[in-house]
Parts: sequence; structure tokens; C-alpha cells
Amino acid sequence: MAAVVFFPLAALLVILALTVVLHPDPVKSALALVGTLFLLAVFFVFLSAEVVAALQVIVYAGAIMVLFLFVIMLLNPGAERSERRGPVAGTVVGGLALVLAWQTGWLAAGGKIGAEGLRPERGYGGVFALARSLFTDFLLPFELTSVLLLVAIVGAVVLAKRRLS
Amino acid sequence: MAELAIAAAKSLFAVISALGVTAVLLWIERKGSALIHDRIGANRAAIVGLLPFNLGFVNTLLADPIKLFTKEDFVPEGADRTLHALAPFLALVPVLVVFAAIPFGDVLRIGTREINLQAASLDIGLLYILAMVSLSVYGIVLGGWASNNRWALLGGIRGSALMISYELAMGLAIVAVVMTYGTLDLQAICRAQGELLFGVIPSWGVVYQPLGFLILLIAGMVESKRVPFDQPEGESEIVAGYFTEYSGSKQAAFMFTDFAEIVVVSALVTTLFFGGWQVPYLHVSGFVLPGGLTLALPHLVVAALQVASYLVKVLFFCSLQILVRWTLPRYRYDQVMALGWKRLLPLALINVVATALVVVGWGG
Repeated sequence: MAAVVFFPLAALLVILALTVVLHPDPVKSALALVGTLFLLAVFFVFLSAEVVAALQVIVYAGAIMVLFLFVIMLLNPGAERSERRGPVAGTVVGGLALVLAWQTGWLAAGGKIGAEGLRPERGYGGVFALARSLFTDFLLPFELTSVLLLVAIVGAVVLAKRRLS
Repeated sequence: MAELAIAAAKSLFAVISALGVTAVLLWIERKGSALIHDRIGANRAAIVGLLPFNLGFVNTLLADPIKLFTKEDFVPEGADRTLHALAPFLALVPVLVVFAAIPFGDVLRIGTREINLQAASLDIGLLYILAMVSLSVYGIVLGGWASNNRWALLGGIRGSALMISYELAMGLAIVAVVMTYGTLDLQAICRAQGELLFGVIPSWGVVYQPLGFLILLIAGMVESKRVPFDQPEGESEIVAGYFTEYSGSKQAAFMFTDFAEIVVVSALVTTLFFGGWQVPYLHVSGFVLPGGLTLALPHLVVAALQVASYLVKVLFFCSLQILVRWTLPRYRYDQVMALGWKRLLPLALINVVATALVVVGWGG
């Protein structure tokens, strides 16, 4: 049952991710990124991580990407061909992709990918489980991240205000 | 097989009740505004001219869509054809799928089978709704941009700025509700509102969170982009805003989205603050009044009363929003932004902190 949904969506996800990189029109690229992020959220649901999925949609697909689009539309750069990268960059990226594909195939052949019959315990990936690990085991990283974000916001306000006055 | 049929029936009911209420709203908008303005209102679609209302209810419901769907579907020169066609759907779909998570009744028992009257029983129902609401902005942004029209672009940009700003206040109002009930599950929130406070007052969310209710209602009205918060459309300044270059069925989709958003906001307000499907003093077995008076009712009657109660409350809040739309003058764009960032956001933050203090103090 899950496979019927999984494989078409996985194929669509790869196509959308390629569109982000390859499409000449920046607005279409950004839209494809929205689709990519949304489909990633669907895969989080497959992995029983419902809260992470919802947050992925709210924060990335719903808020950050709207601002991205906003900026792209205001600058209105229009469709343009990015200048071609040199053969070195292409070789490096292609080589890395081949290594990754070979590794994945090797792991899959060795039976190290895919957990058949593994069922997460009840409540796994729910709000309570996530909150418990955030506020007990990972309290320090969690608080440090929030301080980091606060610093970024204060920095942005200071930079913007200096230009105004 | 039976499970599948029940799931399909529930989804169908959720969608059809939403669409039905939306269609009725179109009529209330026509005739209600006329009533407020002391006009006759839509009266050209009469088949039987003798009846009061000219059967306007049915006729307007039929005439409006027929008129819109038979109009020319015009795409302006220089517009992005794909995105121009995609935008109305991106606006409409996120709004309609919200109804999947909203419970319209308690558990219905038929024989030995127990049916939870909610299309999708989600543990994270409220997060799901926030996620879908946050996606609904793409329709108007893309509609505005793809039209290749300055008015449309202005409308789209205003719309996205407004919706992102008010989502903050809306989210914080919902956070306070989550703190009060300690769950994100909408059905659980509805059940919790069935208890009685001091043995008399139904413990509806509005009793605990009156400020949260006002903030959510106002932020929701901004999301539905209608007067007094119609800056994205701004008929008197930017023609029709983000759907200036839309006609025919695509424009109908945008119009329908606005009305469906009114229903979403009403359903959300009803579920979070007015007990959802709860009827005061109605228990599983019938009415139990505070004085000790009881009235036993069969299970099916109780279930029907609950679903009816949900629909009546939703219709009430829809009508309230239409009344506001035809009563208040519109805001200026900067006034709406100031209201969102300088009034509603601080108020919502204070509400969250106060709720947190009370919850911690109460629970020890």
C-alpha cells in the first residue's frame, strides 16, 4: 500500500528537485523548491514523524519560501541562462553523484537499507515524544539554537535601521 | 471495505457541508447586503415571480455559477500561461483540505461500529490546519505575478505581506488554546469543552480565552481578504488586485476561495472557542440540566443534534463576518499592517504569557 504512494511521489520529488536546479526561470525554480519541500514533508509522514512534517510545511514551504518568492518577484530578474560551468565542476559533481549512487546500491544489495516490519512505538514522532526529547536530552542545543536565531534577528534589525537613518 | 466506505462518506460529508455552507453564503452575501443597504438585491434570476424572495435562493445559486462558467476565459498578453492557470487551484485546494481535520460530531454508534465524526483523526490537527493555511498564500501571490499587470502584482504582494503578518497573531492565539487544553487534537479539544464550569457554565474555549477568540476572528477575517481588510483586492485603488486579469471559471475559483475561507475561519472559531459540536447540557444519553432535570434521548437524535449544532454555529459566524463586511469602512494598507504588528501581535503574546502563568499556577 505504502509503495503505491511512495514510488510515484519519490519520482516526482526527484523531478522537482532537478527542476529547481535546471529551470532557467527563477520563479519556476522557487516554485519547484516549494513542491520539493512539501513532498519531503509527505515522506516525513511515511517515517511517522508527523510533527516534523507539519513544521516543515509551516516553516519552509509556507513562510520562508513565500519570502523567497516575494524577493524574486520584486527584483523580477526574468528568465536567463546562467553561464555554463567549466568542465572541472561538471566532472566533480558527476563523480560525486556516481559515488553516492554506487554506495546506495552497495548498501541496498547488502540488505542494510530498508527496515521491514519495523513498527515505531505508539506516540513516536508525536508532539509529546518530540517535546520530551527537546526539553530533556537536547535542552542545551535547543536553547542555544534559539539564542542564535535571536542574535540573527537583532543583527538584521540593526543592519536595516542603520541604512534608514 | 466497510471501513473504506465510512471514510469516503465522512470525507464527502466534510467537503459537501463546507461547499453547501459556502454556496448559501453567496446568497446571504447578495440578499444580506441588500437588506443592510435597504435595497432589493439580486432579483433578476426569478423563475416564479409571485413568491416572496422570487425563489432567489435557488435561482441565484444556479445563475451565478452559470454566468461565471460561460464567460470567456481570458489570459492577458505577456502573462505566464501555466502559472496563470495554476494559481486559482493553488488558492482553493489548501482551503478545502482544512475541513478534513475539523470534527463535526462526536462518536456515532451504529450497531457495534463506532464512527468518529471527523474526516481525518489527526493527533496534530491544529498544526495541519496551520500548515494548510500557510500554503494558501501561494495562489494570490502567483495569480498577482503571473498576470503581467501592475495592479495584480501590487495586490499579490499586499496579500502575501498581510497573510504572513496575521499568521503570527493567529498562530499565537492558537498556541494559547493549545496550552489551555494541552492537546493539538481538535476532537479532544471539542470533548474537553463539554464539561461544566461551576456546574452551570459550559466550559467553552471563549470562557477561558476571550482575547484569543477576538484575535483569531480578526486575523481570520484578514486571511479571507474582505472589507475591512480587502487591501489585496482594493477595489477602490487597485482595480481588483491579484485577480484583476482573471475571468470566467478561474475568477470563480478565486471568489469561491474567499467564501470558503470565511467558512474555514468560522469552523475554526466554532471548534476552538464555541464547543464545536457541543450542545450545552447535552450528554451522551440526553439533556442533563443543572437543576437535576433530565431528558433522555436516543443516540441517533443526540448525534443529529450535535452535527446540527456545529453547522448552526458555523453559519452564525459566517453571517457575523458578512455583517462586519457590509457595516465597517475599509482600512488603509498601513493601518492594517499597524493593527497586525503593533496591536494584535503584542496582545497575542501577552495572552500566551498570561495563559502560561495561569496553567502553571493552576496545575502546580
